[in-house]
Amino acid sequence: MSAFAPALLDPTAAIPPGLSDARGGPADRRFAVYRNNVVVSLTEAMATGFPVILKLVGDEFFRAMAGVFVRSHPPESPVLARYGAAFPEFLETFAPVAHLPYLADVGRLEFALREAYHAADAAPVAPDALADPRVMDAHLRFAPATRLVASPYPIHAIWRANSEAGAPPAKGGAETVLVSRPDWDPWPRAIAPASARFIQALLAGRPFGAALESAGDEIDLAATLTLLLDTKSIIAIEVPG
Amino acid sequence: MFDTRPPKLPAIPGVGYKPQHYSDILAGPGAVGWLEVHAENYMGDGGRPLAQLRALAALFPISVHGVGLSIGGEDPLDRTHLDRLKRLVDWLNPASFSEHLAWSSHGGTFFNDLLPLPYTDATLARVADHICEVQDTLGRRMLLENPATYLAFDETTMAETDFLTELVRRTGCGLLLDVNNVFVACTNRGENPEAYIDAFPVEAVGEIHLGGHDAQEDDRGAPLLIDNHGAEVVDPVWALYAHTLGRTGPMPTLIEWDNDVPGWPVLEAEAARAHAMLAETQA
Repeated sequence: MSAFAPALLDPTAAIPPGLSDARGGPADRRFAVYRNNVVVSLTEAMATGFPVILKLVGDEFFRAMAGVFVRSHPPESPVLARYGAAFPEFLETFAPVAHLPYLADVGRLEFALREAYHAADAAPVAPDALADPRVMDAHLRFAPATRLVASPYPIHAIWRANSEAGAPPAKGGAETVLVSRPDWDPWPRAIAPASARFIQALLAGRPFGAALESAGDEIDLAATLTLLLDTKSIIAIEVPG
Repeated sequence: MFDTRPPKLPAIPGVGYKPQHYSDILAGPGAVGWLEVHAENYMGDGGRPLAQLRALAALFPISVHGVGLSIGGEDPLDRTHLDRLKRLVDWLNPASFSEHLAWSSHGGTFFNDLLPLPYTDATLARVADHICEVQDTLGRRMLLENPATYLAFDETTMAETDFLTELVRRTGCGLLLDVNNVFVACTNRGENPEAYIDAFPVEAVGEIHLGGHDAQEDDRGAPLLIDNHGAEVVDPVWALYAHTLGRTGPMPTLIEWDNDVPGWPVLEAEAARAHAMLAETQA
């Protein structure tokens, strides 16, 4: 296996010794079946995991690029639902896509959506739970599916334009996306910069009042809290005893 | 000691579960009496995959089929992965757990394919140790599946059927007899598939797999069949299945279709064909 394994990922490597077609001939074409299975099946996993990147660069280009990725970053774990975490960073350094600087952050959003899909279930708080008068001192606990993805590019608009039929073409500048999972389907939503600062501070463990302070005056607090409750993002409100 | 009672899958057809068939299965499973899932697809923390599996497990016997343990590998088993598997088996309590006589990881890399191993005294001892470790960890008997292979190793010293017979003797495991894999591997080696079935330790068989394959040729024009699980079961494999049932008696029989997955009626029709053949088989 020490000769077999590396030759699977290296198309220039010689076919390992000691193999045959079981009829006295060489194993060449037969070893190629395994080599092909490995790269094609991992490429397919990448296509399933990054459908918007695939759409942005086209099927043929994506498969060639994913082939380079899977050979240089093969999975370590058999749980392929978590494979591809290194892809956004790869996209930042892969010269043929240097003219698409937003690609890596779109990849980060797609990976966050996949993580949210497989995240643990958690029951949300009741809609009136934030009415507690001690809320300013409280710590909010978020559903395990919750993610924030920030980018200097309009990644939510790009994601929508390539995922939803009839969505408007992407334009604009920096966006921060809140990923939640109200039921079974992850739901990305672009949020205002002040809301993003508020949620980021809460996720970092700051109490409600301190998070609000770091958000700044321009935050629409009612709208932000309604969004967090509607998306079932808050699962506990811990009031100091 | 693990539970050595025979697997509880019923001797009727099952299919490999695909999420796109969820509503169809609930609306009318037809000839399909149980479902098989790939263990690695249900190792997330929650969400729809686990919710669907919980719902299906309330209605059907479930077989958990692993594709990532690398039981045939040179490296020690991945304890992290084995623990994930144990969590799944513990909460789901499936009717059966099976894995492959193959390797898929080496040196910390997972190759996502079922790769072949030579059959020698050394590999026999190692695979037997791995099977015992799996059975001890899960607290149950497992089934080991015969592989579809495309090449041979010069260092092999024993026939695959002898290798499997000895594994059963050493570990007490059962076997999953994949009839399509027998057809594919024997054709690729220029051997007779019926003779393979006749040499197979059928008393250990707890489940049968049927699936489709792709027919190609190697560089010298010899047939090279690829186990792609992407088509209907071909007539020679149905004939080999009938021959197999003559030796095993009625067996839980899975239709595997993992690529270019068809609509539910096509998959159910394959199960119905297996059902008709099982009905004609003497117990």
